[in-house]
Amino acid sequence: MKIKYCLGVALIACAFDASAAEYEIAQRNKAFAPVYLKIKVGDVVNFVNDDPFAHNVYSLSETKSFDVGSYPKGQGKQITFDKPGQVFVECAIHPFMKMKIEVTQ
Amino acid sequence: MTRRTTVAASFVVIIVCVIGTAVSAPNFNQAKVEQFQRLPQIVESPSNPMSPARVALGKALFFDPRLSGSQSMSCASCHNPSLGWSDGLPTAIGQGMSKLRRATPTIVNSAYGSVFMWDGRKHSLEDQALGPIQAKDEMNMDMTILLERLSTIKGYREMFDHAYPGEGITPDAIAKAIASFERTVVSTNTPFDRWRRGEQRAVSDAAKRGFELFLGKADCVACHQGFNFTDEGFHNIGVKTVDGMKDDDGRYEQLKLRGMKGAFKTPTLREVALTAPYMHNGIYTTLEEVVDHYDRGGDVKDNLDISMRPLKLSTQEKIDLVEFMKTLTSERLEFAVPRLPQ
Ligand code: HEC
Ligand code: HEC
Ligand SMILES: [Cu+2]
Repeated sequence: MKIKYCLGVALIACAFDASAAEYEIAQRNKAFAPVYLKIKVGDVVNFVNDDPFAHNVYSLSETKSFDVGSYPKGQGKQITFDKPGQVFVECAIHPFMKMKIEVTQ
Repeated sequence: MTRRTTVAASFVVIIVCVIGTAVSAPNFNQAKVEQFQRLPQIVESPSNPMSPARVALGKALFFDPRLSGSQSMSCASCHNPSLGWSDGLPTAIGQGMSKLRRATPTIVNSAYGSVFMWDGRKHSLEDQALGPIQAKDEMNMDMTILLERLSTIKGYREMFDHAYPGEGITPDAIAKAIASFERTVVSTNTPFDRWRRGEQRAVSDAAKRGFELFLGKADCVACHQGFNFTDEGFHNIGVKTVDGMKDDDGRYEQLKLRGMKGAFKTPTLREVALTAPYMHNGIYTTLEEVVDHYDRGGDVKDNLDISMRPLKLSTQEKIDLVEFMKTLTSERLEFAVPRLPQ
């Protein structure tokens, strides 16, 4: 029981490791830049809209599924990737906007 | 100021003046304006390169009512060149006079498209072409019967052989030929394009002001972008359901995300003066009504796109926007309908 509890705490500690890195993905000229990103579990990606019109960001991937709605120029949306695996990221407004994030242990 | 910097400065002033006159309204942002120029190359599909034989075959198929179950309806019944490649109806009329739930979009410039249908359920022209032939409420044609029927027509046998040697008369070849023809249906010279190339008198002052509003105060360019005036994207602009019609979820039928409920593909604005009524359900009869819709900031406010807001346009500004849209019509329709193979 006690061991289990400790393990849980350790896991949580890992997930919120202070070394979690932050990355930025731009949405510019109706494309993600870059279109491929490799990160570690717990890292945060900030999607920033650099276009003078709205974008969205969502994923229906098993590893991480999210939909942040749409947001205007200059705004960003932060997503924490908490499981290892592949995440296909898209913009619902512009279906040709696609990118891939690989989350490793 | 040294003499050299003065010279340099006046040189800059001269350049600014020259550019200023070339674009006529000096406050146009060049980058914003250049996106509306036609791409220099013809758009082709790498897996289905165009050839005159393929286009000729596709053109015949597009106009041939023998592609329908009743032998009375062709693609051109709804996508009619005389009506801006649409049908002039609020929503299409299909087999047995059945009223379809959505308006017929023009196929002009579909070569430039990356996603098709109001809800984006098709991803290429090839992918789209066989849909309406087989749809019960559209051309209602059984594919096996169609292949048999076409093989009995000598002219078609020859045309398929020329266009896709060795492939035979297959659904795939039919789709590819129709798509090849559709890629040739592009808008040609418009007053707008002539103006952008420097012909100052090609459009009225009202239209020029309208374009400025389009890029600025009215921000239509948030969605109607590029040569074909569409971002190939999906937006809910708050269009009401027509009385007696069912609510249409639009893009949400394909992509179950909150923001996609009631979102539809941004249509091209090229040839738009010829393709009334407007919107996916044909709710508006005139461009004036469309501009009023945007001026109100849309009608159905739940799930509205964040770019939609009341515009507070003056009467003159509304007129200017409409005048601008009317400059997007090709000068003339140069098109000969085909004599069908026998
Ligand atoms: C009964 C009328 C009708 C017929 C016949 C018809 N269409 Fe359409 N077409 C429509 C309607 C309505 C839509 C939009 C439907 C939707 O979005 O759900 C459409 C959409 C399209 C689109 C997509 C355009 C865009 O910008 O998204 C293309 C391309 C097209 N049709 C080609 C064809 C071809 C090729 C044929 C013949 C094989 C054909 N159509 C026959 C009514 C028709
Ligand atoms: C938020 C994105 C967006 C903005 C901003 C926008 N449009 Fe649209 N426009 C669309 C979409 C999406 C449709 C189709 C909507 C539907 O059928 O429900 C459309 C339809 C139209 C149509 C009808 C075309 C047809 O063939 O049915 C016209 C005309 C038009 N818009 C003009 C304008 C003008 C003028 C402005 C600026 C005042 C503007 N639009 C601003 C997205 C937008
Ligand atoms: Cu986008």
